[in-house]
Amino acid sequence: MTTKEKLLEVKDLKQHFKVGRKGVVKAVDGITFDIYKGETFGLVGESGCGKSTTGRTIIRLYDATDGEVVFNGEDVHKVKSKTELKKFNRKMQMIFQDPYASLNPRMNVMDIIAEGIDVHGLAKDEKDRKQRVQQLLETVGLNKEHANRFPHEFSGGQRQRIGIARALAVEPEFIIADEPISALDVSIQAQVVNLMKQLQEEYGLTYLFIAHDLSMVKYISDRIGVMYFGNMVELAESDELYKNPLHPYTKSLLSAIPLPDPDYERSRRRIEYDPSIHNQDEDSEFREVKPGHWVRCTPTEFEQYKRELESK
Amino acid sequence: MDKLLDVKNLKISFNTYGGEVQAVRGVNFTVNKGETLAIVGESGSGKSVTTKALMQLLPKPHGFIKEGEILFEGEDIAKKSDKDMQKIRGKDISMIFQDPMTSLNPTMKIGNQIMEGLILHQKMSRDKARERTIELLELVGIPDAESRLKQFPHQFSGGMRQRVVIAIALACNPKLLIADEPTTALDVTIQAQILELMKDIQKKTDSAIIFITHDLGVVANVADRVAVMYAGKIVEIGTADEIFYNPKHPYTWGLLGSMPSLDNEGYELTAIPGTPPDMTDPPKGDAFAPRNDYALKIDEELEPPMFKVSDTHYAATWLLHENAPNVEPPESVKRRLKGISNTGSTPEVAKDGEQ
Repeated sequence: MTTKEKLLEVKDLKQHFKVGRKGVVKAVDGITFDIYKGETFGLVGESGCGKSTTGRTIIRLYDATDGEVVFNGEDVHKVKSKTELKKFNRKMQMIFQDPYASLNPRMNVMDIIAEGIDVHGLAKDEKDRKQRVQQLLETVGLNKEHANRFPHEFSGGQRQRIGIARALAVEPEFIIADEPISALDVSIQAQVVNLMKQLQEEYGLTYLFIAHDLSMVKYISDRIGVMYFGNMVELAESDELYKNPLHPYTKSLLSAIPLPDPDYERSRRRIEYDPSIHNQDEDSEFREVKPGHWVRCTPTEFEQYKRELESK
Repeated sequence: MDKLLDVKNLKISFNTYGGEVQAVRGVNFTVNKGETLAIVGESGSGKSVTTKALMQLLPKPHGFIKEGEILFEGEDIAKKSDKDMQKIRGKDISMIFQDPMTSLNPTMKIGNQIMEGLILHQKMSRDKARERTIELLELVGIPDAESRLKQFPHQFSGGMRQRVVIAIALACNPKLLIADEPTTALDVTIQAQILELMKDIQKKTDSAIIFITHDLGVVANVADRVAVMYAGKIVEIGTADEIFYNPKHPYTWGLLGSMPSLDNEGYELTAIPGTPPDMTDPPKGDAFAPRNDYALKIDEELEPPMFKVSDTHYAATWLLHENAPNVEPPESVKRRLKGISNTGSTPEVAKDGEQ
């Protein structure tokens, strides 16, 4: 492994929401991970586990309750001045889940994509602006002529391409993709994923890919983090995670994925996760069982996982 | 095997301001007793519309059956009146909808929603219906059924609601259960539970299931037979093994190739280029031809007939014609071929309505 440069460091990030007068929902409760330059980091888990909240907190859509998000050596949540914030916003962009709701229906595609260009004053003049938009449309596989149309004239897959073009318009380094393909048909999903992969190679982008479809996450990600109830329970390189899952929740999650293979399906055994197997008297912590492979476990479980890995 | 349902040359259209949308353009299939038929395809391929027509749930008057027969136990239910249909709906044929969040009545207690069908169709007394409802809730794995009866839908989680919907669908021991993407809105772990539940119940009650989904993993899990739909037509139909290990239609190849499997080291996902056609003006020839890398010249002119690959396996592609060039399926599909033979003989054109 070559030495990797950290692009984003998330340190003990917490995001709690107030519910009513007294209640607190700990959507994200102290998670720590790094994302290296040029990689795709996959974040998976069931609905309500806090994966989307994590993504949104990283990009400052929410103010973190506690913890740090360090991007390129700077703490994101401490940036206060307008110019600094602008600079930061240019580096980090987001692609949203629902391509139907995330595009303004009253704006044409040209203006949607150029919004970021205008905000950051990237275009010299009207001609340059137009040219940039047209180029972006071609980059994501649409036509120049599409610039004058409105979102309702496009299919789901095409809209998601517009969403990607909009994110790319400000030349970001880091893109958070929150379930970018789950609203799309299978055949279109592959188109969008392939496009994202190709763009990553061309522009050296770094992705945080949030999804619940584990087979697609495995396909696109270099490393994967598994979240469960606001905590990260396991983090490893994608092959490692699928070959040697250690945390019982990861095992249960992996055993639940149906694969397009009838023979495999006939023999698949589902493992159920029972959170009560963990010894509540011992403290659970995120520990490195093997270089690059982290699991949330108690000291006893830690030893047990190590043995489990060695015996493989 | 006993035929429970026999759909013959079904054509369904919708009248819209933009013209007539031909959502389903001549579909033939059968469902046998106790088996699961999965219908797969992209959104807009006509899979949901087909099953809604079976239940006469098409939005009237702009959605209508243009042609064809739906024989349920030998009787054509396409021509039944509303009143007659009400006796069948929920009793002989029932349906599980995609979204458990919107398919329950939010102002009615769960118990009453399940009992409704029992009292109406089975003419049960309230007390008896209540007993049966508790049984049903236990069957679908809802603990503490007795107190759950008195709760409202908002007090249930998504997975639990879908179980309630399944309990309602099963209440009258239907002969045919139509499940329209029953697990799409659920998490993988909950999905796995619901699928196991459905298979389990099918074993106990021997009802037939039509399972609509676009997730090929789910299909591999539940289906005995699979029908692949594209642009309002079935383009390939066969047993699950035949569709997954010996697919013949380029669209099926495309679908299989665009799904990542967990062990596809270094293989590129093959996306199907383009988008499905506009059904107000279906293209001449093969509707899939513009997106098909393997399209032949004839595809632009003439629609391919169904070719018979084996007694259970049919596909509508000119590639199976004796004069067609020998085309190898893409790498991603080749890895799947498990040497299921083509029964030796060359595929021939299927007779009308044979499938």
